[in-house]
Amino acid sequence: MSFLDIRGLSVRLKKGPALLRRVSLQVQAAEVRGLVGESGAGKSMIGKAVLGILPPSVEVSEGEIFLDGVDLLRMAPSERRRKIGAVAALIPQDPLTALNPSHRIGPQITDRLVDILGWTRARAEARALELLAEVQIPDPARVMRSYPHELSGGMRQRILIASAFAAEPKLIVADEPTTALDVTVQKQILRLIAGMQARHGTALLFVTHDLGVVSKVCQKLSVLYSGLVVEDTSVAEFFTAPRHPYSAALLAATPKYTDPLAGLNPVPDAVIDAVRAEVAAFDRMRHG
Amino acid sequence: MADIYTIENLRLSLANMTERRFFGATPQLEILKGLDFSIPRGAVVGIVGGSGSGKSTLGRALVRLLEPSGGAIRFDGVDITHLSEAELRPLRRRFQMIFQDPMSSLNPRHRVGTIIAEPLRLHGFDAIPARVARALDNVGLPQAFASRYPHELSGGQRQRVGIARAIALEPDFILADEIVSGLDVSSQAQVLNLLERLVADLGLTLAFISHDLSVIRRLCSRVIVLHHGRIVENRETGALFAAPEAAYTRELLDAIPLPDPAQAWA
Amino acid sequence: MVDGRSLTRRRAGARLWLSLTWLGLLCLAALFAPWVAPKDPLAQDLFLGRLPPFWVTGAEPGYYLGTDSLGRDVLSRIIHGGRVALMVALIAGVATCLLGATLGLLAGFLRGWVDMLVSRFIDIWMAFPPVLFSILLIAVMGPGLWSIILAIVVIDWTRFARVIRAEAMAQGAMDYVASARVAGRGRLGTMVREILPNVLPTVVVLLTLEMGIAVIVEAILSFVNLSISTDDPTWGGMIAEGRTSIHQAWWVLVFPLITLFLTVLAFSQLGEGLKDRFDPVLR
Repeated sequence: MSFLDIRGLSVRLKKGPALLRRVSLQVQAAEVRGLVGESGAGKSMIGKAVLGILPPSVEVSEGEIFLDGVDLLRMAPSERRRKIGAVAALIPQDPLTALNPSHRIGPQITDRLVDILGWTRARAEARALELLAEVQIPDPARVMRSYPHELSGGMRQRILIASAFAAEPKLIVADEPTTALDVTVQKQILRLIAGMQARHGTALLFVTHDLGVVSKVCQKLSVLYSGLVVEDTSVAEFFTAPRHPYSAALLAATPKYTDPLAGLNPVPDAVIDAVRAEVAAFDRMRHG
Repeated sequence: MADIYTIENLRLSLANMTERRFFGATPQLEILKGLDFSIPRGAVVGIVGGSGSGKSTLGRALVRLLEPSGGAIRFDGVDITHLSEAELRPLRRRFQMIFQDPMSSLNPRHRVGTIIAEPLRLHGFDAIPARVARALDNVGLPQAFASRYPHELSGGQRQRVGIARAIALEPDFILADEIVSGLDVSSQAQVLNLLERLVADLGLTLAFISHDLSVIRRLCSRVIVLHHGRIVENRETGALFAAPEAAYTRELLDAIPLPDPAQAWA
Repeated sequence: MVDGRSLTRRRAGARLWLSLTWLGLLCLAALFAPWVAPKDPLAQDLFLGRLPPFWVTGAEPGYYLGTDSLGRDVLSRIIHGGRVALMVALIAGVATCLLGATLGLLAGFLRGWVDMLVSRFIDIWMAFPPVLFSILLIAVMGPGLWSIILAIVVIDWTRFARVIRAEAMAQGAMDYVASARVAGRGRLGTMVREILPNVLPTVVVLLTLEMGIAVIVEAILSFVNLSISTDDPTWGGMIAEGRTSIHQAWWVLVFPLITLFLTVLAFSQLGEGLKDRFDPVLR
């Protein structure tokens, strides 16, 4: 059984249009699945639904989210929070706003372990130090006492990674974790995430718009358009022989510095029309 | 004059806001540490570097949104380094800028038509409605967009408005500051292809600031690599990508994740 | 994208129309007070003192909201009191807004020495306790309508100046201001064409809030007898008089109080409603 199993998940604005259209996907233990698509395709929404942090204007209209064998959507809210807190974690997009500027780093990592998982403070601190060392932060003890503004963006993202892995979660949702970073820092961070994930055997749901990043960290891939999964495939297959025309068009739009003539072809109107028609057909089927 | 811009020993310092003192003046932080280069007329020059490299500061100095603290910027033979705002005004038509964030660079309370027409009016152009129509046409936007507000457009469309505003003035030089970094790949491709066509059609000189070497490779004839406020490499694009000389350029290239699982990326 | 916008817009509509209706009725009544008011607001008739409102037994026809201890018609006095209240709201509100917003805009956009000057001035100004300050001012100038208006302007301009300064600074950092410079626009032109339309929604909200505040300040000053001559009816004055006979004639206190409350509420809701309705961005 997959560690995360989403079945026919539909999410929509309250009394509004659909944001996710019967999304199904699985993430096995120790596997990385990428979620790609253009902005507004709903890729972040899936991660938010799994972690139970959907914005209040949005509701789940149908479907099941099995996390570690239990259906999150059938649990009482408090119970669900506990379950998610115990087995899942988030690596957020923006390292500059994800840390509270008025608290030191140490408590921001350990508080969750102490308050939610009931660890002793000493054990939590030992764990935090261990993880900060694992994400290659020099002098972890000093960093624990620092405030976020004293650290660089890359450093803060490392801290957020350490924090995500702290409670040994079985699933991590990474929401565009390197978009705000320089390309050289991005490389370090991606390798760090991939290494940590492999070592800890964590399942990883990796939201990104960058196909280059996908090819480096993911094994499986879901391509979204307008909340519809248009392709669910392995990374190897996607980059050699994408099945859906929209996937192929996305790939053709991505520039490559090794080949100045490849890439930068806008998604053709015909492809857009076809995939829109697919969405429309889906909606018609749903509503009679 | 073959070069439209000649830059000599350009230095620029800004107040270091992270180290504001309780008493006394804010310490200055040198962002640009003596740059020398020139931009030939008709060239498409890429300016690349990481955050903190000074690439955006350099861009804003070129169009004199910032005043250098040392050195010289000559635009078409005229020293514009320390010209006052009033002295710059007649020149401003000739060097234009397209901004990174089209949402914040288009006044949310003006319609697209006004946004494009306003600079034309300031510089005393005639036949303004026809020029606005032509600019919209040039960037591939329907005429009806003239009466829309920026927030009613998509990111790619907004960026086209930014381009239309710049080209309507028939400038000699355009600075494009990270203009595709906020766009989806498909809109990015559209905007870059548009820019490529406009440069050819209108005979523009373009400086293209980006952190993305893949985009630069496609668009630019020359590349300037900035690192910590210094130029580490300034070469013809093909040569630079074939055999990068500076260690930093190599590091940048190696860090780019190609959309190709076969790429070794260690 | 469809989101919650249509919903907020509908609610904004309701609050806008309700507040506009109330203020419109009030304005009309105040403007045509001599014709609208059923009685002479100053006419005393001790035989008709403390008549209850029309639905209570013992009411006298024609005196809809009853009479006070001197037999003056409460409704007519409220209507006439509205003239003072609205005049103060309008003149003091607009004057405060013009002075404060202009200084704030100049300071926030031009920065430099202008900002230094205005900001220091605001700091010093705000160190004075406002109520004492206004009472002092009226003591020097003598009570009267213009003293009240001046007191409000002098005290409250800093509210506009501070908020608009911050807003102008935030807008000034946006790239559309840089792009106006690239286009060759001068400083003053940029301020008027680019910054002003973007701070206007805030100005409007502050203005309507200020009008509400002006109504309250006028009522307070009337309450402590520092307003216009005691003969003319004012809401504050009525509340002060009604307080003494609250157990015998609650209506003398309650009706002007309700009017005051509704008016201040309407002003603040008008501002919010206008902002939601006419802001093309709807942040």
